[in-house]
Amino acid sequence: MIPLSWYLILSAALFSIGLFGVLARRNAIAILLGVELMLNAVNVNLAAFWRYGDINQMAGQVFAIIVFAVAAAEVAVGLALVISVYRRRNTIIADEIDMLKW
Amino acid sequence: MHCELRKEPQFGKRNPMTAQQIIFLAVALATLGSALMVVTTRNILHAALWLVSALFGVAALYALLNASFLAVVQVVIYIGAIAILFIFAVMLTRRDLRDQGPQMNRNWWGGALIALLTFAGLFSLLQSWSGFSKSAADFPSGFDTVGRLGDALISPNAYVLPFEVASVLLLAALVGAVYVAFTRK
Repeated sequence: MIPLSWYLILSAALFSIGLFGVLARRNAIAILLGVELMLNAVNVNLAAFWRYGDINQMAGQVFAIIVFAVAAAEVAVGLALVISVYRRRNTIIADEIDMLKW
Repeated sequence: MHCELRKEPQFGKRNPMTAQQIIFLAVALATLGSALMVVTTRNILHAALWLVSALFGVAALYALLNASFLAVVQVVIYIGAIAILFIFAVMLTRRDLRDQGPQMNRNWWGGALIALLTFAGLFSLLQSWSGFSKSAADFPSGFDTVGRLGDALISPNAYVLPFEVASVLLLAALVGAVYVAFTRK
């Protein structure tokens, strides 16, 4: 049987990799890819805690499904923003999108 | 001392790994390797394809956890919709992706440091928790996971309100996405 610790370590590693992607990449789409990895790490944790806790309590799976909905909303708005910025500024490099800097 | 106590039930008895553990390790390696490629590869289209591979690994983990509905939803929504949306966005912004110039910003080492510290912090925090290495109870045969989940999602005593709020959020986000990406004449 797989101990709970394996899932927790895996999702901590996946979250850290996603965090690195968010902090280090220059391309705005690549930053969103990192956010997706972080959301998936959270979901693995939720499903693992459902399985290793009381399986009659469906809270873990329900929260995972709500995370799915939030991830879909985040990607739709995020990519719309990226495409809108690309039309106006002709770049999606995050350091060059500095309209708010003065 | 603490570390030995934690590892003792896994490796102390020298029993061979079960098939499930081998499958878990293979899937975990594939997932983490794909995730590393997502954040390090230069070509952003390849990064999106590596993300598909990582998402498949997570779907396999859901299947290992007996969360069959989540595994299917992961394939249909994440791989079928979200990853394809990423590939569309990459194609629509193609001119910036000619792989010239650095793909990482100047402070990438700071990001790597923060990510490593986050992992170390999470690991030590989890290790101090008493339930860290507990194993799961046997999955009862005939347990209707999908039926229970459906009941929980629409039952007024359970999660119908978060479910409806999530659907309103999704609607608002989609209307907002259309508005933001709309070209004004």
